[in-house]
Amino acid sequence: MSTAKRLPKRKGNLRPLFDGAEWNFDLVRKVYDVMGEIALSDLGLDIYPNQIEVITAEQMLDSYSSIGMPLMYRHWSFGKRFARDEALYRRGMRTLAYELVINSDPCISYIMEENSMTMQALVVAHAAYGHNHFFKNNYQFQMWTQPDHIIDYLSFAKSYVSECEERYGQEAVEGVLDAAHALMNQGISRDLRPRTRNVAKRDREKAERRRAHEEATYDDIYRTLPEITKEPVAAETADSRNEQRRLGLPEENLLYFLEKNAPKLEDWQRELLRIVRLLSQYFYPQRQTKMMNEGCATFVHYEILNRLYERGQLTDGTMLEFLHSHSSVVFQPTFNDRRFGGLNPYALGFAMMNDIARIATEPTAEDREWFPQIAGCGDPLGTLREAWALYRDESFVLQFLSPKLIRDFRLFSVSDDAKDPAMEVAAIHNEQGYRDIRRRLAYHYDVAAQDPDLQVTDADLSGSRRLVLTHRVRNGVLLDKTEAERTLQYLAQLWGYRVRLVETDSDNGRVLKEHEALPMP
Amino acid sequence: MQIVDRRLNPKAKSLGNRQRFLRRAKAEIREAIRDSLKSRRVSETEGAEKVTIRSKSLREPAFSMGRNSGRRDYILPGNEEYQVGDEIAKPQGGGGGRGSQGSPDGEGQDEFTFTLTKEEFLDLFFDDLKLPNLIKIKLKDLKAPKLARAGFTSDGPPARLNRTRTMRKSLGRRMALHRPSEAEMRRLEEELAAAEAEEPLDPAKVAALQARLEHKRRLRRTIAYIDPIDLAYNRFERVPKPTTQAVMFCLMDASASMTEPLKDLAKRFFMLLHVFLTRYYREVHIVFIRHTSTAAEVDEETFFRGTETGGTVISTALEEMLNVVRARYSPADWNIYAAQASDGDNFHDDMPRCLELLDDEILPICQYFAYIETAHGERFNDTVETPVWHGYSEIGQRSRNFALRRVAAPEDIYPVFHELFSADGVAARGGT
Repeated sequence: MSTAKRLPKRKGNLRPLFDGAEWNFDLVRKVYDVMGEIALSDLGLDIYPNQIEVITAEQMLDSYSSIGMPLMYRHWSFGKRFARDEALYRRGMRTLAYELVINSDPCISYIMEENSMTMQALVVAHAAYGHNHFFKNNYQFQMWTQPDHIIDYLSFAKSYVSECEERYGQEAVEGVLDAAHALMNQGISRDLRPRTRNVAKRDREKAERRRAHEEATYDDIYRTLPEITKEPVAAETADSRNEQRRLGLPEENLLYFLEKNAPKLEDWQRELLRIVRLLSQYFYPQRQTKMMNEGCATFVHYEILNRLYERGQLTDGTMLEFLHSHSSVVFQPTFNDRRFGGLNPYALGFAMMNDIARIATEPTAEDREWFPQIAGCGDPLGTLREAWALYRDESFVLQFLSPKLIRDFRLFSVSDDAKDPAMEVAAIHNEQGYRDIRRRLAYHYDVAAQDPDLQVTDADLSGSRRLVLTHRVRNGVLLDKTEAERTLQYLAQLWGYRVRLVETDSDNGRVLKEHEALPMP
Repeated sequence: MQIVDRRLNPKAKSLGNRQRFLRRAKAEIREAIRDSLKSRRVSETEGAEKVTIRSKSLREPAFSMGRNSGRRDYILPGNEEYQVGDEIAKPQGGGGGRGSQGSPDGEGQDEFTFTLTKEEFLDLFFDDLKLPNLIKIKLKDLKAPKLARAGFTSDGPPARLNRTRTMRKSLGRRMALHRPSEAEMRRLEEELAAAEAEEPLDPAKVAALQARLEHKRRLRRTIAYIDPIDLAYNRFERVPKPTTQAVMFCLMDASASMTEPLKDLAKRFFMLLHVFLTRYYREVHIVFIRHTSTAAEVDEETFFRGTETGGTVISTALEEMLNVVRARYSPADWNIYAAQASDGDNFHDDMPRCLELLDDEILPICQYFAYIETAHGERFNDTVETPVWHGYSEIGQRSRNFALRRVAAPEDIYPVFHELFSADGVAARGGT
């Protein structure tokens, strides 16, 4: 766990790239180029072209508030976030990140002007090479995101939302966005690969065409025509099932379902839901690979800076400054420490990457038994690159968390049953506990398992128009009541009719709790 | 690789978001401001304001797992002595130490603290008082800076050249360096001409004169008539518009009939007057005088907090005010404003004395005297005139700088100011 190693041995003469804290654009460029030799040829990374942008602290706060994106539509919640972050920052209760990186092509990294040159070097290695490689190669990102379109799509979203505000009023737009944000975590299709996403331009044109068409073909006289009466459904019998099939039920993506089926929504409202849904989907891979992503980037910056030092291109002072911030990034307080706030993804990620490299080169007998495929294979970087490409946090832990790391971190597992007065230690770092801890930790990293499992199970479009959701309760964990009812209210607002939420036990189907909401006029 | 400097990009990218956020929480923020007024000093209307709100409209709910049911596992680092099967007491509030899971950013709490800028604060502060927008702008408008002479400088645009100064310096330098003057040159030339014309010609004298003339000419060439170091330019500095000073007297009835809400209304009135005065005067002093049957100058704390028992004799406060004026605020140097708040009670025999004081002594030295009568909603409607109102309305009719109003709610305060800001307002009144 301890990473503050002794300084590595130098192999070359000292010809430092820079000295001192001052940085300038040429220097950053030079350092970037030198790092490129190491990253691309020595480490074999494969990256998107980079775009590094220098910003001020205030701009960093700005980006924080718009969930890290360079462009974002306007919404009060971002203003709230900004006000809070700013207050925390001004009171010194929060420091800003040194960098921010966006999964886009070209890959955009923000670096802060306040950073010293050492920090800039660290940040460039971390973001522009580490995260960038991960974004480009990990299967989750490849499958779910289209980095070359995201910026365009955001700019479409931004202008679309502001057009809607002009056309229908801020309050109306806010109403839809508030509701959509509340359901954001239920706006993900976890299992289906989404259709190839439309380019921003096409989307904009489509929306524009639709509106223009409506306006062009609008004729007041149509209002006087009788409504088309639908063919009465043949028999009431099969229909509920037919209807369900037609609606594609059950459906886990609530935003998608509402966008397609909510009876009362206008087209622009559906488009807004779609924007929020696509954003949510875009961030889904990041939630699933947080630990690996940071581990990969931390491993890469550590390797690059060390190799630079060995080649004599960094001064001792630079190296010490780097190691100081590196070791505070990968610091893992123990559970009884006041600073403890869960497992630090940087710490665990970095440790796992190093551990894999170790297993590949100097395996112990235990490693050979646990990891026969990679132990002693002699290609640590190849093994890592493969792991970075083919896993997400959950499967990565399941596959690669070694007994040695469990011992190093002295991990233990505690079961907590709300019914019991005390918690119980379920497994510790011993022979019997390794697999158990590994399995539980992997489960913990499974985003789908951590989010409540909610699905639309029934929608009656011809009669009462009631919408039924089912929460499949795992391990008896019910939804937070107040939050659930407030969210359900938003859902009812979008659906336009009564909405019922049933919480059933996933083991035996027993109904544990029900909530209901009616839209308010 | 491309490296882009974004530091100069337009700032406050999230301004639009902030406006939406403030609009959303407007009601709550206003509430918070109203609460904070209680703890503020009258002179503290400037500066940024930290507000804490509990807002229903800022909630961002989402489906989340409850904490009070079911089984869950935690994986924790740093085991020291635990063995399988050991029991651990639950930490207070549940959560098993995984504090980061529940609400990573405090979203779970409704309470929310942030800072309003001065502009936003004034906006919301005045919003409540229903000031017309025009006046809000006038109030928030900072003093236009004025250029004022501030000595001289050696550099500047030609138009600012100070010729007198420049020439004076040039003359001093020329004298110090012995630059031959025009007259001196002419005299030498004449001398030379005379020497040349002399019969018989004295070559030595001519040569000496020529040499001297040559030397003087060289001096004139090397020592400039006006040298860059002579140049003096007028220097101007931007200074705030010079304003004079004002003193504001707050007079209030401290008897028990003035309840907290009434005092609160009065306080708002005083604050608004103070904001107004600080726009026009560089220095504004505030004097608090409260009275029952006797009057005393007190500090702000006592003024708003304390209650006393006793009758109500307003003239004592007016007299006290005159005493303070005589002692510290000569009408020649100070613009005097007075604001009086009371619930309209006065010892009956005292009214003539009050009117006399006002007419003869106070109003002549005052820029403006404003009287507000705070009343509870229901009393406001009744037509019974209070003794003070009855007496004062007479003055109100004949004096230009006396205003009186009844105030039952914050929005009633504004009309009192209407007169201050209208054509006859302070600016015209010759405040400066």
